[in-house]
Amino acid sequence: MSKLASLLVPGLAGTGVLIGGAYVAANMMVPQVHTPVAATLGLTAQAQQTAPADTVVFDLGRPATAAEIAAWDIDIRPDGAGLPDGSGDVWTGEDLYIDNCAVCHGDFGEAIGRWPVLAGGQGSLTNDRPVKTIGSYWPYLSTVYDYVNRAMPFGNAQSLTDDEVYAVTAYLLYLNDLVDDDFVLDRETLSTFEMPNRDAFYMDDRADTEYAIFTGEPCMENCKDTVEITARAAVVDVTPEDEAARIARQAAATGTDIGVTEADASAQVAAAETDDPVEEGTTPLAATATDNALADAGPDPELVAAGEKVFKQCSACHQVGDGARNRTGPMLNGIVDHPAGVVEGFRYSKVFGQFAEDGLVWTPEELSAFLAAPRDYAPRTKMSFRGLESDDDLAAVIAYLGTFAQ
Amino acid sequence: MTKKTTRRDLLRGGLAIAGAGAFATTAARAQGDPAITELQPWMQQLGEGVDARPYGMPSPHEAHVKRRSVEWLTADPVSSVNFTPLHDLDGIITPNGLCFERHHAGIAEVDPAQHRLMINGLVDYELVFTMEDLARFPRHNKVYFLECAANSGMEWRGAQLNGCQFTHGMIHNVMYTGVMLRDVLATAGVQTAGKWILPEGADASGMTRSIPMDKALDDCMIATHMNGERLRPEQGYPIRLVVPGWEGNMWVKWLRRIEVGDQPWHHREETSKYTDLLADGAARRFTWAMDAKSVITNPSPQAPLTHGAGPTVLTGVAWSGRGSIPRVDVTIDGGKNWHQARMDGPSFDKSMHRFYFDFDWDGKPMLLQSRAHDSTGYVQPTKNQLRQVRGENSIYHNNGIQTWAVDARGEAENVEIG
Repeated sequence: MSKLASLLVPGLAGTGVLIGGAYVAANMMVPQVHTPVAATLGLTAQAQQTAPADTVVFDLGRPATAAEIAAWDIDIRPDGAGLPDGSGDVWTGEDLYIDNCAVCHGDFGEAIGRWPVLAGGQGSLTNDRPVKTIGSYWPYLSTVYDYVNRAMPFGNAQSLTDDEVYAVTAYLLYLNDLVDDDFVLDRETLSTFEMPNRDAFYMDDRADTEYAIFTGEPCMENCKDTVEITARAAVVDVTPEDEAARIARQAAATGTDIGVTEADASAQVAAAETDDPVEEGTTPLAATATDNALADAGPDPELVAAGEKVFKQCSACHQVGDGARNRTGPMLNGIVDHPAGVVEGFRYSKVFGQFAEDGLVWTPEELSAFLAAPRDYAPRTKMSFRGLESDDDLAAVIAYLGTFAQ
Repeated sequence: MTKKTTRRDLLRGGLAIAGAGAFATTAARAQGDPAITELQPWMQQLGEGVDARPYGMPSPHEAHVKRRSVEWLTADPVSSVNFTPLHDLDGIITPNGLCFERHHAGIAEVDPAQHRLMINGLVDYELVFTMEDLARFPRHNKVYFLECAANSGMEWRGAQLNGCQFTHGMIHNVMYTGVMLRDVLATAGVQTAGKWILPEGADASGMTRSIPMDKALDDCMIATHMNGERLRPEQGYPIRLVVPGWEGNMWVKWLRRIEVGDQPWHHREETSKYTDLLADGAARRFTWAMDAKSVITNPSPQAPLTHGAGPTVLTGVAWSGRGSIPRVDVTIDGGKNWHQARMDGPSFDKSMHRFYFDFDWDGKPMLLQSRAHDSTGYVQPTKNQLRQVRGENSIYHNNGIQTWAVDARGEAENVEIG
């Protein structure tokens, strides 16, 4: 820091005349220290002998324009730095939340499946199963605005206006019982808002609380008399099974079973509760089988199974099966051989409105062409998906979609 | 030398067929090992020519060596994690295609011609770099591990997943080629008030983390290559931040912008996530360094001992975000007695280290553990020692000692012992 502040570039001043691809923006002064290094290699080497290595300045890059910085510099801080003009109220936020957020986070922020829980959990942080939500855990409100603005809705990031982000943030406070329903959020109310858990965080103190305990020559011989197994993964077995590896292993070994059965696993899985290792869970949810009944004529089950895997790329935005709802994208039950752009309750892009008007039908051929290159097939579609490259994947996912009746 | 002579004598004496484990009966022994006595196709037929595999891939016999995920862990594969198959690897370098992945909005497929790095905030000159610009800064080569802070996070409440791929596989170790972040920052001219940086990714999660300036100017890099080739898309192509020894979430992929500021931003990944909730309800923040840790990779639940009693190679990996690993202790009796393992391969700061323990297995059940010592004198704690300090709600930074119970058949299971 201070080294850089007192940064010197000995011997370079005056030698550079901005040759070799140097930048000159029309309205900017080019600093003299930004001398093209290619033109002064010898001098640079000398400079390194007399100054610390990290004080060498390389004349690379070009000035960022104000418009470029404005486009990318979207981060918000707890003190309100970075917040735009605008405002949003709780009721506007509710409408936006129901349309954009509830499909994953639940109508009341309670979350669907493993998606993050956003509301509740106050007073649970010392429990066996703490529920870390915006209201119970997050120390700063600015974090909510910043994250919703940069990364939400999932699959359609940066699509909300400033006022809309203020409104959704206000509604999230309301869901957490932190404001009344007439609350309006803006730069002033956001930067002064105090979250209930703000004082619970403190700087990493492992150096003081742990390193002394975990240092020193440990016992190497006769360290204990008895050893007992106190917990076994096989009992709570939730490990993904790899049949191929298991068979190969057994063939290579003695041919006996390794003793962990699928039945053991499912029995325990059902008892486990949710929590959060990576950010969504340390323990498995009970598997809710969404097996779909195949039509009598029966598409190739292998193809359908392959399609189910391919569909994982779609499932962040599209639902199929019992209870499927519109999410970031429309629900897709019965989509094969169905007219385009008419799923009830979904707000389509203009191009899909045109498809509907033109009477386009999603035959397997049309679906295939669309899914191979969505943005070529439907310019300015809201669907932010790059497309499926493989014909096999296209056939598989369409076969899979074909198994869901409307 | 002695051993060599003995073997040559054996061969001369006509007792040549030793050590071919695949055939055991007397009759087969008399006939000879078919692997030797029968002509194999590759001994007779011509193989593919030089251009058949312009980008070579592993043998089909190694198809089981792959990243795997745990489906129940996350809501959706687009914001999820998979795991490095540590039990199928040796040495210290992770092959590029096997490095675990953690995405928050899927893999950003970035066109390097349309990618820029911007430096803005408390600098004298707010700048934009193309990828070609970055390649003109002096380049450096460093081997570093990258470990997710949630590695082993599923194990806080007890043994849960059977396999070191799942318990310890959120780590990889590669050689990075890149430019020093301090060189790039110096070009912009960090102002005196600039104490923090905020790197930001170009993916749809816009990943951000606050990093103190001291670290940024010390050893952080902007990497363009891993193990000699360009970064893989799933590892941040065309550029990612390298933050040696610190939690993987900070190593922002698809790096597009670095802001310099006078205080941290407290964004989602450093408040809601990657903070360590303790038993009393308080939470540690900014727990950046990854403490010393080790795991036995073989044998382990996915890699049982299949050869029975006799000469046995136990091996594993160890690492520390605060230095190198001069020593690893190993026990096969659940910690009654420990043995210093043999360290082998290069030892770099903040890199994975390989250890071996070569012993004669008596064929009886074992309780295996490894214990890493790092260059600061820190000794890897037991899981119970960690729980005593932190409780069971921490999720992140679980570097406790792992136990595998190996039965008489050589099968291993993830257990805890007392």
